[in-house]
Amino acid sequence: MDFNDTPEEAAYRAAARAWLETNVAEHKAIAHADDMAAAKSWQARKAAAGYAQITWPKEWGGGGGTPIQSVIFGQEEAKFPVQYGYFTIGLGMCVPTVMAFADDATKRRFVGPALRGEEIWSQLFSEPAGGSDVAAIRTRAVRDGSDWVVNGQKVWTSGAHYSDFGIVLVRTNIDLPKHKGLTMFWLDLRAPGIEIRPIHQMSGGSNFNEIYFTDVRIPDAQRLGAVDDGWKVALVTLMNERLAVGGGGGAGPKDILALARELDAADGPLIRDPAFRQRLADWYVQAEGLRNTRMRTITALSRGQTPGPESSIGKIIAANQLQDLGNAAVEAEDQYGIINDPALLPLKGLFQSAVMNGPGLRIAGGTDEILKNIIAERVLGLPGEIRVDKDAAFKDLPVGR
Amino acid sequence: MNFDYSDEQKMLKEEARRFLAAKCDASVVRGVLDDAARGYDETLWRAVAEQGWLGAAIPEGYGGLGLGHVELCALAEELGRACAPIPFASTVYFVAEALMLFGSEAQKQKWLPRIAAGECIGAFATSEGKGPVTARSIRTTASGGTLSGEKIPVTDGDVADLIVVLAKDGLYLVEKGAGVSAETLKTLDPTRSAARLIFDAAPAERLGDEDGIAAMQAVFDRAAVLLAFEQLGGADRCLDMAKAYALDRYAFGRQIAGYQAIKHKLADIYVKNEIARSNAYYGAWALNTAAAELPLAAATARVAASDAFWFASKENIQTHGGIGFTWEADPHLYYRRSRQLSLVAGAPATWRERLVSQLETRNAA
Repeated sequence: MDFNDTPEEAAYRAAARAWLETNVAEHKAIAHADDMAAAKSWQARKAAAGYAQITWPKEWGGGGGTPIQSVIFGQEEAKFPVQYGYFTIGLGMCVPTVMAFADDATKRRFVGPALRGEEIWSQLFSEPAGGSDVAAIRTRAVRDGSDWVVNGQKVWTSGAHYSDFGIVLVRTNIDLPKHKGLTMFWLDLRAPGIEIRPIHQMSGGSNFNEIYFTDVRIPDAQRLGAVDDGWKVALVTLMNERLAVGGGGGAGPKDILALARELDAADGPLIRDPAFRQRLADWYVQAEGLRNTRMRTITALSRGQTPGPESSIGKIIAANQLQDLGNAAVEAEDQYGIINDPALLPLKGLFQSAVMNGPGLRIAGGTDEILKNIIAERVLGLPGEIRVDKDAAFKDLPVGR
Repeated sequence: MNFDYSDEQKMLKEEARRFLAAKCDASVVRGVLDDAARGYDETLWRAVAEQGWLGAAIPEGYGGLGLGHVELCALAEELGRACAPIPFASTVYFVAEALMLFGSEAQKQKWLPRIAAGECIGAFATSEGKGPVTARSIRTTASGGTLSGEKIPVTDGDVADLIVVLAKDGLYLVEKGAGVSAETLKTLDPTRSAARLIFDAAPAERLGDEDGIAAMQAVFDRAAVLLAFEQLGGADRCLDMAKAYALDRYAFGRQIAGYQAIKHKLADIYVKNEIARSNAYYGAWALNTAAAELPLAAATARVAASDAFWFASKENIQTHGGIGFTWEADPHLYYRRSRQLSLVAGAPATWRERLVSQLETRNAA
C-alpha cells in the first residue's frame, strides 16, 4: 500500500500540471462562442497532446498510458476550471463499443473525431417500458432490403440534444425471449424520422431527452455485433459505464464544513454543535471510503485485473450522501433554507441543488435497488430474482403501464 | 500509487488464514467463552508466538521480524476473522506500539524481545470509569517511582505481565507484582479478558515524556488502525456466515437468500465493509509511513470499521433468525467481539469528534 506517487508518477504529474498551467491559460484567453464551443476546443487541445483518452492506444489517438496516469491527469485537471461533461458518455461507453464491434473503416471514420470533441455520442438504451429492465425494449427494427426500419421511443437519453451520433439497442425478433431478440446499431441522430424532445426534470433542468423513431432507416452496415445478439454488445457498453461514471461532484463534506463555520446556530456556530459534528464525521468517512475504493479499482486495473461489479457501491453511497448531506445543510439554514435562489444562498445554492438532484442520481444509471441486486447476485453469488419472462417469447409477455 | 496489499502480503495473509482456520475454530473461542477461569487460549497464544506474529512489526534488533505495519494489519484482519481469544491487541497494538513510540533504548531492549517471543503479555490501562478518558477523568498519580490509582476496565489487565498506565502527567510502565491487584470483570465479550486494576504505590517507570492525554492519543491512533483491520476481518466473516446460512435455509419453498429483503441486507453489509476496507487501507499506509495524516486517517478507519462490524454482526444474527439468538450458534461470538473492539480504544462517538477536530485543523486556513 502506497498512497504516494512513485518517482515516475510524480514526474508524470509534474508534466501534466505544467501542461495544464500553460494550456488552460491559453484556452481561457480565447473568446469562445459558448460553453460547448469552449468544451470542444479544450477537448481538441487535450487530444493533440495525448491527454484526451490516456489509456487508449496511440494508434487510435489515445495517450498509450496507464489507468494510474489517467487518474493522475484527472486529479490535476480537476484543479482547473475546465470541467466539461459533454464527452464522458461517448468516449466512456459508446465509442469503446464501436471500437469493439465495428469494422476498421467505421472505426477510422468515428474514433478520431469523437476523441477530438468534434462529434458527440449518446447512448440510446432506456425506454418508457424498460428502465431497470433494460432488456424489455419495445422499439422495433424490421429488415427491409439492406436497411432496418425502426419505430418506437427511447427515453432518458443524456445529451441527445447536442449529440451527433448514438448507439441504439432495438428489438429485431419478437418470437425469442426478451434478451435474445435484440440488436445494436450506431446511428446518425439527424437521420430523417428522429425527433428529440428534452425532458423537463423535477429539478428544473433538462439534461435528458425522449427520442421518437418514426420509420427511421438504419443501414445494416451500421449493425454492431450479430443480429439478435445485441444484449451481449450492450453488456460491453455497460461494463465500460462502470469505469466511465465517476465521482459525481455536488455538495460534499468540505462544503458543509464551510457552511457550518459561518452559520450561526442556537448556541454559536453550527460547527460547535456536537450532533452536527457526529454527522459530519460519518459523511467524511463515506466520502473518503468512496475515494479510496475508486483507487482500489484503479489498482486492480493497473494490475491487469478487470474491475468487477464491486464498483456498483460508488453510486449507492454518493447519491444517498448527496441527498442526505444537502438536506442537512438546508435544514441547518432553518426557515431560510426554503429559498432556492443562487443569488441569496451560500455556495450559490449548492445544497438546495443537491436536494433537488439527489433523487435523480439515485435512479440514473441503475437504481439503488438494482445496484443492490447486482451486488447480491454478482459479487455475493446469491440467487437471481425470479424471472417469469425469462423463457417466454417477447411477444407473449404481459404489459402494464 | 498502489491501494492494495502486495503479493507477498497477500501470501502472508493467506497463510495466516489457513493457520487460524486450523488452530482457532469456534470451539477454541468457545473454550474461553464458557470457562470464566480462562482469560485467553494459551495454546493458540504460544502457536501465534511461534509464528513470529507478535513481533511482526518489531524491528529485528529487538527480536521481531521487522516486517512493517502493513503486514501486521494483514495479520490483524485474519485474527479478527477468526475471533481469536488471545491478548494480541493489548500486547502488540497498544503496549509494543507504546514502547516503540516512547520507550527509552533500555526499555525497548528489555521488553520488546520478550513481547516478540510471547513471554510477556501487555495491557494498556487508561479508563477509570464511565465516559471518555479526558484530562479531567484521570485521578491516577505517580510520584517518587511509584504509581497509585484505579483503572477499570483494563482489557487483559488480569493476565498481563506488563501494564502501560496512563497517569495524570504521562504514561508509566508497571510490572505485575507488588502494589498491583487485579479483579477479573464480567464483560459483554468474555472471549477477551478484562479487569479492574488497583495500583497501591506500585513501582513504576516513566515511559516517554509526553503529556498524558497526548501520549495516550498517539498510542490510540496507532492501535485504531490495527483494530480497524480486526473489525474488518470480523465484519467480513459475519457477511460470509450470513450468506452461507441464507443459502442453506429454505422458507416458503425457496432459499431465503433469494428474497430481496435478505439480498439487500447482505448488499448493505458488503457496502459498509468495502468502505471500511478502503479507509483501513489508507490508515495502514499512514501508520506504516508515519504520515502526518495518521490522526485523521486513524479516526476515519476506526469510525468506518466500528460501524461496519456492528452492522454486520447484528444483521448476521437477524439473517439467522431464531437460531441466531441461541448460545450454540456462532453469530453472538462476533456480536460480542464487535462491542469489545468498538469500545477498547474509545467509543466511535469519541472518534467522530476527533475526526472533525482533525478536519478543522487541516482546513483551518
